[in-house]
Amino acid sequence: MTAMQILFLGVGIAAVLSAMLVVTVRNLIHAALWLVVTLFSVAITFVLLDAGFLATVQVVLYIGAIAILIIFGIMLTRRVMMSDVGPQVNASWWLGALLSILLFATVTWVVLQMDWPSLPTTDLSMTLNELGHSLVDPDKYVLPFELASIMLIVALIGAIAIAWPGKESQ
Amino acid sequence: MMPQFDVGNIGAYLYELIGWSLSLLGIQASMITFIQKLVGGLVLVNFVLLTPIFTIWLERKFLARFQDRLGPNRVGPYGLFQSFADVVKLITKEDITPAGADKVVYNIGPVLSVVSVIGIWTVIPFASTMVGANINVGILYSVAIGALGTLAIMMGGWSSNNKYALLGAFRTAAQLVSYEVPLIVALLVPTMLAGSMGMNDIVEAQSVWFIISAPIAALVFLVASIAEVGRTPFDLLEAESEIVAGFHIEYSGMKFGLWMLGEFAHAFTISALTAVLFLGGWRGPLVDQFPILGIFYFLAKTYFVYLFTLWIRVTLPRIRIDQMNDLNWKFLVPLSLAMLVMMSVVYKAVPSGVSEAIRSLVLFSANLALIVASLGLLARASRKLQVAEQVNIDMSRARAPANLSALQILLLALGAVAFLAIFVIATQLVLGLTT
Repeated sequence: MTAMQILFLGVGIAAVLSAMLVVTVRNLIHAALWLVVTLFSVAITFVLLDAGFLATVQVVLYIGAIAILIIFGIMLTRRVMMSDVGPQVNASWWLGALLSILLFATVTWVVLQMDWPSLPTTDLSMTLNELGHSLVDPDKYVLPFELASIMLIVALIGAIAIAWPGKESQ
Repeated sequence: MMPQFDVGNIGAYLYELIGWSLSLLGIQASMITFIQKLVGGLVLVNFVLLTPIFTIWLERKFLARFQDRLGPNRVGPYGLFQSFADVVKLITKEDITPAGADKVVYNIGPVLSVVSVIGIWTVIPFASTMVGANINVGILYSVAIGALGTLAIMMGGWSSNNKYALLGAFRTAAQLVSYEVPLIVALLVPTMLAGSMGMNDIVEAQSVWFIISAPIAALVFLVASIAEVGRTPFDLLEAESEIVAGFHIEYSGMKFGLWMLGEFAHAFTISALTAVLFLGGWRGPLVDQFPILGIFYFLAKTYFVYLFTLWIRVTLPRIRIDQMNDLNWKFLVPLSLAMLVMMSVVYKAVPSGVSEAIRSLVLFSANLALIVASLGLLARASRKLQVAEQVNIDMSRARAPANLSALQILLLALGAVAFLAIFVIATQLVLGLTT
């Protein structure tokens, strides 16, 4: 086994275990921190697959922004951190278990059945430039890209409009 | 095969030597690469961890001279061993964990804060051939790893089971998150000028240092970085003379030492980043023949920027939290956005055939025009404020812009959406016609 494979196995196990802990630990802050571990493990997996850009974006967006936001939200919400939060499962737990087992079985079956094509040996160092070009190429993704920017602008202005104190409060 | 000794390229020589001697022991090739990288990483980490021992002494001595004092002068020649004495003191102090603290999170916090700083050094090029990992997303990576520092502070503040520590963590996180905005916008400028996010490519593109073609970006980057580190004038988060401490109030002994180590190493790291991104990194005379000289140039520039930040630190008073927010959202963010638009337009307007010097000169004069314009705007705003003070109008109304009604905001939003839609359709048409 090469050093790469050992690393991959370790990171994969860490990702799965921490993902399980996210939903099983009782303390919400701990769940959020385990989520950070999961996301970081996925980022390392991206690095091992030569997808450096995806890995860094994963860390910037999911850990640097979303995880911090979740932790902020938990810390600023009253009564959410109390230890007595009731049972962790409700009456239909068996349905969830059945569905997840079915999903796992299906994915495993597909992975084993699939005749995986080998990767074309291309130069991976310029993929970042290609990504940038395709985002502003009219034949590719310029429309979704611009639509996403409009959505973000609308969300920003909406946030300002909601947070604006207004005349009555002064 | 035994590698050739080359004094100009000693880092690569040592790296090859390790690989060669391991191959004599009959170790697998992939394992040898792994061990080589491990050793390289160990050297890098120790460099980052040991540098603060020197820079803390430098900082205390430098600050003392500014304040007409002598500074540390008892332990060793010129007080050089003072930091070692401090380290021994910190290690031997009692390590207290507050009652009700979340022990694991409490202990991981300071370690993560140091890790987030060390991680940045992975992509910083010491010389053209001496860089931890020359990845093509170097700048984005440094931002990503820096984000872990915010997480560490939240962990430390929350797990201490102390409401003042939690409040301190919130204040710190608010400052770090808001100053990340102008920081990242300023980082876009060297990326654009070099056409790459790799640190080594950016250094190689600086035949004219980027501080000449992008002085505003350099200034915004330095100011936002100092705020990220939380040093004076941005040290309101742990102001010693007003509050006891911020998020790390419950930490003692070497765990407190780790927070301090993280801060000092971070201060050195932002100086190194400024040197790499705007001052030409390892570039200097004779560096083509002897790449090892790059380390000297890089460290010289880094220490120059470091002493510059110390100079700022002793000169400026601490700012209040409203001033901290105003400076960011009302000055740095609009300035950096205007600068980004201006830079990209001027950069594209200069024909590609002209020499690097002329291009830099054009960009420099455009920056100068923007500086004059923003100074003029600031002067106007301050005159307005002075008038308002004289006629004794309610200050808050004079400072805040006119209140907008909900209808006006709605119209503004609709206008922005309409403008963007027209822009998208226009670009689609133009691009569709030209391709």
